[in-house]
This record gives sequence, C-alpha cells and structure tokens, in this order.
Amino acid sequence: MALLEIRDVVKQFGDFTAVNHVSLSVEAGEFFTLLGPSGCGKTTLLRMLAGFEQPDLGEILLDGVNMAGVPPEKRPVHTVFQNYALFPHMTVAQNIAFPLKMAKVPAEEIKTRVAEVLDDVRLSQFASRYPHEMSGGQRQRVAIGRALVNRPRLLLLDEPLSALDAKLREEMQIELINLQKEIGITFVYVTHDQGEALALSHRIAVMNKGQVAQLDAPETIYSYPKSRFVADFIGQCNLLDATIKSIGADRMQVEIAGVGIAETLPVAGAQVGQSGCLTLRPEKIKLGATLPTGDADEVHFKGRVHDCLYLGDVTIYIVELENGMLVETMLPNSAPGRAKFFDDNDQVELAWRYDAGHFILA
Amino acid sequence: MAKSNRINKWLISGPPLLYLIIFFAIPSLIMAFAAFRYPGDYGGLLPLIGPNPDTGANELLVTAENWRDYLTFDNFGLFFSDPIYIELFLKSFWYAGITTLACLLLAYPLAWLIARSPKKYRDLMILLVILPFWSNFLIRVYAWMIILGPQGYFTMALNQVLGVVGLGPVQLMFSHFAVIIVLVYVHLPFMVLPLYANLEKHDMALLDAAQDLGASGWQRFWKVTWPLSLPGVWAGAALVFIPALGMFAVPDLVGGTDGIMIGNLIKQQFLDSRDWPFGSVLSIMLTLAVLLLAGLAAMVGRGGKRDAL
Repeated sequence: MALLEIRDVVKQFGDFTAVNHVSLSVEAGEFFTLLGPSGCGKTTLLRMLAGFEQPDLGEILLDGVNMAGVPPEKRPVHTVFQNYALFPHMTVAQNIAFPLKMAKVPAEEIKTRVAEVLDDVRLSQFASRYPHEMSGGQRQRVAIGRALVNRPRLLLLDEPLSALDAKLREEMQIELINLQKEIGITFVYVTHDQGEALALSHRIAVMNKGQVAQLDAPETIYSYPKSRFVADFIGQCNLLDATIKSIGADRMQVEIAGVGIAETLPVAGAQVGQSGCLTLRPEKIKLGATLPTGDADEVHFKGRVHDCLYLGDVTIYIVELENGMLVETMLPNSAPGRAKFFDDNDQVELAWRYDAGHFILA
Repeated sequence: MAKSNRINKWLISGPPLLYLIIFFAIPSLIMAFAAFRYPGDYGGLLPLIGPNPDTGANELLVTAENWRDYLTFDNFGLFFSDPIYIELFLKSFWYAGITTLACLLLAYPLAWLIARSPKKYRDLMILLVILPFWSNFLIRVYAWMIILGPQGYFTMALNQVLGVVGLGPVQLMFSHFAVIIVLVYVHLPFMVLPLYANLEKHDMALLDAAQDLGASGWQRFWKVTWPLSLPGVWAGAALVFIPALGMFAVPDLVGGTDGIMIGNLIKQQFLDSRDWPFGSVLSIMLTLAVLLLAGLAAMVGRGGKRDAL
C-alpha cells in the first residue's frame, strides 16, 4: 500500500482545469517531485494534498485514509512554503515550537524536540533570533525544521529554494537530500527547475496542462522522454522532425527532413511512414574537426559552427548542417590552457550513434 | 554637499518645529507656570508686572521679599484636598477606557473585513468609514441627542420592548450610557483606520502556514493575527483614548449633571469660575497621568521574550 495515493483527481477554477484526471502514488520514504512550467497544476495539486483546496473529482488517500473533508490543520501533512512564511513575531525556537504547541505536546518534550530539530537543521546557536535577523538560507532551514518537528507523514515543499541565489541553492539541495535520508520522511517537492528535480528526486512526475506527462526516475525522464514536451522541458534537446522509412529488429531507419537517413532504436507500435521527432541530447553528439567514418553504428554529417556559447566548463556549439538545419552540441573545454575548441564559422563534423537518442512518435 | 544637506534638513523640519514650539511648547510652559500663580481679580492671572504706585512706570512687582504673594503651591493643594477631583479623574479614565475598548471591539472586525475585501471595494469602504467627518461634529452630537431623547424612535421602541417584559421606562439621554455611546461613535473611525492600515499589510501565507501546522481558527487569530496587529491596536487606542479623556463637548451636551468629565471641569475653571491657575493644575495633572499611562504601556509592551519558548 502506497503512503499517498492520488486517484483520478480533477480540480477546476471556473473554466480553467488546473488538475485534469491525475493519478499517482508515492511510496513511504520517497523523494517525489512534481515538475512543470508555471500553470501546469503542480501547486494546485500540492495545495490539495495540504488540504487548502478540495478536489472536484477523485480522491486523495493518505495511509489508506480518504482525506476528503479533512481540514489542513488535521492532516499529518506539513508544508514548506515558497517564501517560508515564518512568523515574524516569534523567534526561531518559537517558530519551531509552534506546531508542537498546537498539538498540545508537554512543555518539557517541546524543549527537547525543538533542540533536536535545531540541531538537525544546524541552527542551534540561532534559537533566540528573529526571522528578520537571519539570511535566506537560514530562514529556509527554520521553515524546514518547523515543518518537520512533529514528524508529519508527508512533507510538502513548494519551490522552497526559488528565492535563494544559485550557489546557496546548490548547498541547500545537498542538505535537503541528506536531511531526507536521515529522517526518512516522505517528501513531495514542487518545482519548475528541472535541474533541481533531476538532482533531488527518486521519481519525478512531469506535469503539463494539468496532466502528468511522464512519471519516471530522473535518468529515465532525461534519457527517454516520452513526449516532445518532456524532451523539450527537461534539459537541452535537439528535436529533429523525421519520418519512419523502415523498421528492423533492433533498429529503425528514419529520414530527417532535408538532412538524410539516420538510424535509431525501434519504437513499439511504430509503423513505416509515421512521422515524429528524433531526440538528441547535445552531449550525446560527437563533434570534431574531422571524425573517423565507416562505423556502421554511426551517422555522420558535415557542418559549420554557427554560434558558440562559452560557459566555462563546457562550450555549447550551434552547428549549421549543410542544408541549413541547426543542431546543438556541446564539448567540455578539456584541453589544457584552451578556452574552447572551435570558433564561429569553423568547419566541423558531427556524428552520433544510432542509440544516442530515440524516436518520439508524433 | 554635506552643508547643503544640513540646510535642506532644517528647511524641511524647521517650519513644523517652529509651529510646535510656538503653539505647543510655549503655551504648555505658560500653563505650567500659571499653575503656580494666583487668579486675577476679574479672571486671568494676577499680574506679575504692573505700574509702580510711586512712579507709575511698569515694573516687575515680584521681589525676594514678597514672592509668596505672587507664587503658590495652593492650587495643587486644592486638587488633593477634595477627593471629588481624583474621583472625576478616575471616572474620566473609566469613560475613556470603556470607549477605547468598545471602539476596539467594534473596529477590529470591521477593519479586518475591509482589509480582506477585494481591492476595488476597499477604498469605497474606507470612504464610508470617514464619511461622518464630512458633517460638523456638533451636528452629529445633536443628532444623537434626538436619537437618545425621550421622544426619539430608538428610545420609544426600547421602552416599548422593556414595557412588555415589565421593565422601564428608561431614560437614555443625560446618562453615563449616553456619554459613552456618543464617545464611541465619535472616535470609532480613529480606531478603524490604524487597524485597517496594519491588517491590510498582513501576509496571508502566515495564516496558511499556521493552519498547515495545526492551528485552529481561534488559534490562528490569537497566535498570528492578533500579535501582529498590536502596533495598530496601540495606535488606535492612543488615538481614541487621549481625545476621549479630554472631551468636554460630548458630556456637556448628552451627559447631564451626572455625566461630566475632567474636560468639563477644566473648561469650567477657565471660563466659568475664572480660576486659571486651578484649571492649569487640572490640565497638568491630566497630562502627567496620560504620560504615566503611556510609559506603563511601553514597559509592558517591551519585555524580554526572546528566550521564551
């Protein structure tokens, strides 16, 4: 029995369907992420889990108990809000003690539990500070500590790192992973940041227009996106429009419009003549001034550097193929003392293996 | 640069400062001094400067020998000699306190409701709150005299109801009740406005957070909304309590003989009894009492709660 079960949930605001027949389940101890662009319904779904919204249809079960009609204050579910929502008139310790006081925990136990949690979130020396006397990262940790202190069955996190700068965000990501491992509480994490989702989660539900577009482990989502939307939303991806020419046992030939024939992995249920797109991650494409030809597993194209984006560790090269199509590739700047390998207008060659990407039916 | 900044600072703060010195500080000092002088024969104060009987030239009449004829502590002695003055003080504080409390109880839900209304209606509602200011204060009090008078529909209806259950009839006009109800009416907007200004700025996410963490409706109010609204409560309480304490027009018009307040007594001393020194004593005692109360409130408000859990 899964800890959390969402069955065919629908939520409408007027004419707008925020959540459209979503079903999924989350196992105990899992770090589960709802990922999607703004307006995809992830926050509405989270608010329904917290109890701030009621589903129009379907049901939400926690530990097998239907949560319909249970108000937020009665649910064993706590939320870490986007802007922390710390009580400004309470110290850090008072903030963390708040849910315990609401649960009428004896004063002595409150003291020890607050001290434990302060230790967990590494804020012991800040117990008597007020929120406005703390940095963003520290406030974030107070918010997490406050939500964890009376051991909810489920911790909901609503874009908790979005207000932090990039460096701090990375630190907090590592802290979150470790904290979740340590305390073993199930996390449901909402974000629009695909990098964050990939880094943190055990499983990700990618949402689009109120529906779950794909639900898989991060590696699967990244390497085998099921739809054009997922491929495009998660990371950088070349989406080459193509038509199926022939289907073999372990590979399939597709014609990339205006470029030529490429081989790729076969897709279940595909038929000759069907169109779709070939997805290719930039880092899966080989790039060089000259590349060896003759490997039957590879396709090979010539082109010219159209643009390059120097990012420090890697450089993104946008390569224009001979027919004018643009393909994004990347190379680590691995040669010593060298900023990047190519400049604009350099002649280059591209190659990728037949199993470097995969084909998505339209 | 620094110099022109300094000049600008004086240009901006100078006029109000000057205004306060001329119309507040100096009169207060004059009044404080007047409390130690004797009343003049026909009102006012016994002059300290007058024509010398011998030369006829104006000169200072007070000398090291005769200063006791011009300066005295007796006015303060009078204040403490009869408990009636202290009692009137206490009664006035009681009226002002009840008025403040009643205003708070009425204004808080109203301010909260306005602050939680859609933005487009808020300005209209605030306009309605301050609308009574558009008509003259005295006219509004006279309107209350009609409402509370024995021939007013309100009083007649009330007495009808009381008559059915075998009580009454009661007289509403010229009573403690009349004074307090009109004081509440007059001061209500001064409580609504600071409360609204405070409540409107509250972050609704805090209430969501409190509810999420297990707080019931009452707990959300007492643990989050109320403590965060205290600055507004204090501001409103000061704006209601202090003017209500010194009010003389309302008790004059609707209070009758029983309903007078300290303001009426002060007015009497200056205008009817022509005893300016004693009027000054009453004013000073009132000011000191208010300062003392404000100081106590500030001490209660500040408290080291940092280490409490």
